[in-house]
Amino acid sequence: MNTQIIFILLSLMAIGGAVMMLVTRNPVKSILWLIVVFFSISGHYILLNAQFLAVVNIIVYAGAIMVLFLFVVMLMNLNAETEPGKNYRLQFIGIIAGGCLLLIMLSFLMATKTHQPVLMKVGESGLIKKLGRTLFTDYVLPFEISSVLFLSAMIGAVIIGKKN
Amino acid sequence: MDIKEYIALSLILFTIGIIGVLIRRNAIIVFMCVELMLNAVNLLLVAFSKMHAISPVAKTSLTYASDAQIFVFFIMIVAAAEVSIGLAIIVMMYRNTHSIDVNFLNRLKN
Repeated sequence: MNTQIIFILLSLMAIGGAVMMLVTRNPVKSILWLIVVFFSISGHYILLNAQFLAVVNIIVYAGAIMVLFLFVVMLMNLNAETEPGKNYRLQFIGIIAGGCLLLIMLSFLMATKTHQPVLMKVGESGLIKKLGRTLFTDYVLPFEISSVLFLSAMIGAVIIGKKN
Repeated sequence: MDIKEYIALSLILFTIGIIGVLIRRNAIIVFMCVELMLNAVNLLLVAFSKMHAISPVAKTSLTYASDAQIFVFFIMIVAAAEVSIGLAIIVMMYRNTHSIDVNFLNRLKN
């Protein structure tokens, strides 16, 4: 029962933050709302006992990526409300299209009869001991390849961001 | 909790991301909506991994239920690399056009 209440609260927080991110005109406030969404998703991970991913989500997304976004917004001095000229017809069409997608997928979801429970608050699959063992035995090659990916991303960012 | 509630939550977050990509014209906001869609998928992967943790196969296999969370870890790695490149492109675009309206990229057509 308690789990249910926490789940609903975190879900409302995530959806509300996402909607506020969309409707806010100021880019800095929009980024702060997205950080709210990331924290509530981390709360979901803790509720599912995926502790490692909860911490990594906060460090990587809320800590690194969003600070990078904020840094770029401050650098370009965009914190004024500088939305370019709006096209209300296109916005209306976009909302209708997205809403139709959501309605179709939700109606298919509600039509399914199966009920699969999710293991909440217990279970060892999300602990760092088991994840580390999996990562460094079965997935050690993708792990090493991702370091090459990071190196190429770093070089690419420097080359793109360089003047001329 | 039932898996369907997690699927519904992820669907709603993903759809909000799609709508954001469709209606906003600020390049940074569009980019943030892509991040939101990635996070919705991550949440769904973790929920499915905890759903499979109950199954009898998970009791015998050592790493069965952890695989989806490793996937989430790799998605985060790719997202971090993608953000660094994407923000560099946005900064370059702002330097050339003094705007971050995505419609300015129309001129790439010619």
